[in-house]
Amino acid sequence: MFGYVIRRLLAAIPIALGVSMVCFALVYLAPGDPIQTLLPPDADAETVERLKRLYGLDRPIVIQYAEWLYRVATGDFGRSIANGRPVIEEIQRSLGNTVLLAFLSVLVAFSIAFILGTIAGRKSGTWIDRAVTGVAVLGVSIPNYWLAIVLVIIFSVELMLLPSSGTAGDTFDPTSWEHIQYLILPVITLSMIPVGIIARTTRSAVSEVMNQEFVVTLRANGLPEWRVLKHAIKNALPPVLAVMGLQFGTLMGGSILVETVFAWPGSGYLLSKAILTRDVPVLQGTILVLAMIFVVTNLAVDLFQSTLDPRIRRG
Amino acid sequence: MSPLVEVEDLSVNFVTRESNVRAVNGVSFSMMPGEVMCMLGESGSGKSVTMRALMRLLPPKRSVITGKIRIAGQDVLAMDDGTLRRMRGSTVSMIFQEPMTAFDPVMRVGDQIAEVVALHRGVSHKAGRQRALDLFDLVRIPSAQRRLDAYPHELSGGLRQRAMIALALSCEPKLLLADEPTTALDATVQIQVLILLRRLQQELGMSVIFVTHDLGVAAEIADRVAVMYAGRVVETGTVRDVLRSPLHPYTAGLLASTVHDQPRDQDLKTIPGAPPDMRRLPPGCSFAPRCPRMIAECNAGSPPPVTPAPGRIVRCIRVEQPEFA
Ligand SMILES: Nc1ncnc2c1ncn2[C@@H]1O[C@H](COP(=O)(O)OP(=O)(O)O)[C@@H](O)[C@H]1O
Ligand SMILES: [Mg+2]
Repeated sequence: MFGYVIRRLLAAIPIALGVSMVCFALVYLAPGDPIQTLLPPDADAETVERLKRLYGLDRPIVIQYAEWLYRVATGDFGRSIANGRPVIEEIQRSLGNTVLLAFLSVLVAFSIAFILGTIAGRKSGTWIDRAVTGVAVLGVSIPNYWLAIVLVIIFSVELMLLPSSGTAGDTFDPTSWEHIQYLILPVITLSMIPVGIIARTTRSAVSEVMNQEFVVTLRANGLPEWRVLKHAIKNALPPVLAVMGLQFGTLMGGSILVETVFAWPGSGYLLSKAILTRDVPVLQGTILVLAMIFVVTNLAVDLFQSTLDPRIRRG
Repeated sequence: MSPLVEVEDLSVNFVTRESNVRAVNGVSFSMMPGEVMCMLGESGSGKSVTMRALMRLLPPKRSVITGKIRIAGQDVLAMDDGTLRRMRGSTVSMIFQEPMTAFDPVMRVGDQIAEVVALHRGVSHKAGRQRALDLFDLVRIPSAQRRLDAYPHELSGGLRQRAMIALALSCEPKLLLADEPTTALDATVQIQVLILLRRLQQELGMSVIFVTHDLGVAAEIADRVAVMYAGRVVETGTVRDVLRSPLHPYTAGLLASTVHDQPRDQDLKTIPGAPPDMRRLPPGCSFAPRCPRMIAECNAGSPPPVTPAPGRIVRCIRVEQPEFA
């Protein structure tokens, strides 16, 4: 087990470095020279040179990358072009909100989808199975920004039950309805796709396990059906967890549209503002942090999977 | 003494939308306590399906079982779910061909045995583990204590099959169904497992139905043999009688095909022709198309069982009833 943990950790390092290179390169890939955007269009060549030296842009790219990496590793992501505040502060403020949203959405999605998928997998080929598959397809195919707007129209505008956007304050208080009510519509919206994907994965994993030979052994030894199902679920869980981890990672970075519709002050909202204002340092920092969270989530899922399935540890 | 197992006219149909597979077609036999019976026959002849039917392990929606099965005085086909579960793993248990896939891959083997013991005996999981340890000693698994904590993939094929035997014996069954328990193993390991099974059968005095397509194995361990062809038992008798003087042409063909010491684990395919399509069985004797002694009457109807000598039953119209019968 210990060896496996070390191997997985070592394997994550090149991935993390690769991601950081892409983020670093973003400055150069973004349309327009960053220096040009800082200076008036009629600035002379000498001023451009001076500014380049000031920002270290005249040095070899490898040195620039190493320095940037060092700064990033120590939490210095530079300052926002839009408001001059340190990028790290902006990210810290928004990231917690997105983690909260993504975590709750995946949790809600898992609870619903795992039950649906397990039932469908056990009864594969029946109308229940087809109904669950239908729900899953629906969940994956409804565009979630559209669903967000529909939910706002129904629950905020027509029924006036829930707020349409924003939050109740900077620090989330899980005991206060005042705070919780702002989460409900975003969480419903964001859990739709994970419900579909997790239900489908669970369904196929459970139905595959139920067809395995050892299920016959369990029955041949007189185990009641619920115990058989317990064995089957433990076998089906690793692939489902992997998909769940991926969904969490996707929600961390992929909720830009939904956060924008609900004006939810998370990293997606921050990204969309940064794109509109061409705030490259904020973009760069946010994308890097989100990508790292993705890498760490995958690592955590891998390690957790290996505690469930001893065969994984061998590879 | 009354028989432990009585099977009468057992048939199994697999019903799907496209076809109707008659996997077992009127099988009858009975066994006394402590008796060892070998089931012989080519693959596809319905041996595994018969075994699974005895424990009602076939998919309930897709299979139709008819006939009569009595084990230890109880009507298996009439049992409710609870009674059936109490019988499975305690009165009757089964060893499967593939020990690799027969265990839950993500649970320690010791815990899998303990779970079954705890279930049937109403003891704690810890007591179940203790029983598992004793069983591992019984089936001669070295370093038993350590092996209890192994996952199935961490054991060799031979040890896995021993662990499977330990699991099957955990609640001291009266009847053990062993479905080709050595086919998936290496030749030397096969012999060890075989010797183990024979020793355990003698020590524990249980009845065993041993499915194999290896006549050598049958000669070693069986009291009686039942030869299956296309879902029917075509010949039964004591192992000596059947192997020395086979009466059914199919049994004779089987014997002829194995005398020239061919590899033990190979299918018996040397009889010319192929077994019939189980979806469209011929109206007469199913072996007739391949039979060297076929006559026109063979295709008229399924041959009734005849008893040419006490304790022997053959389904072949070419076998004469002896005068004394
Ligand atoms: N679950 C099933 N559904 C449909 N047909 C089956 C099923 N199980 C077995 N059969 C068919 O029943 C016949 C007998 O199979 P089996 O008892 O496994 O043979 P064997 O003598 O090799 O053990 C085969 O033709 C097989 O295709
Ligand atoms: Mg078989």
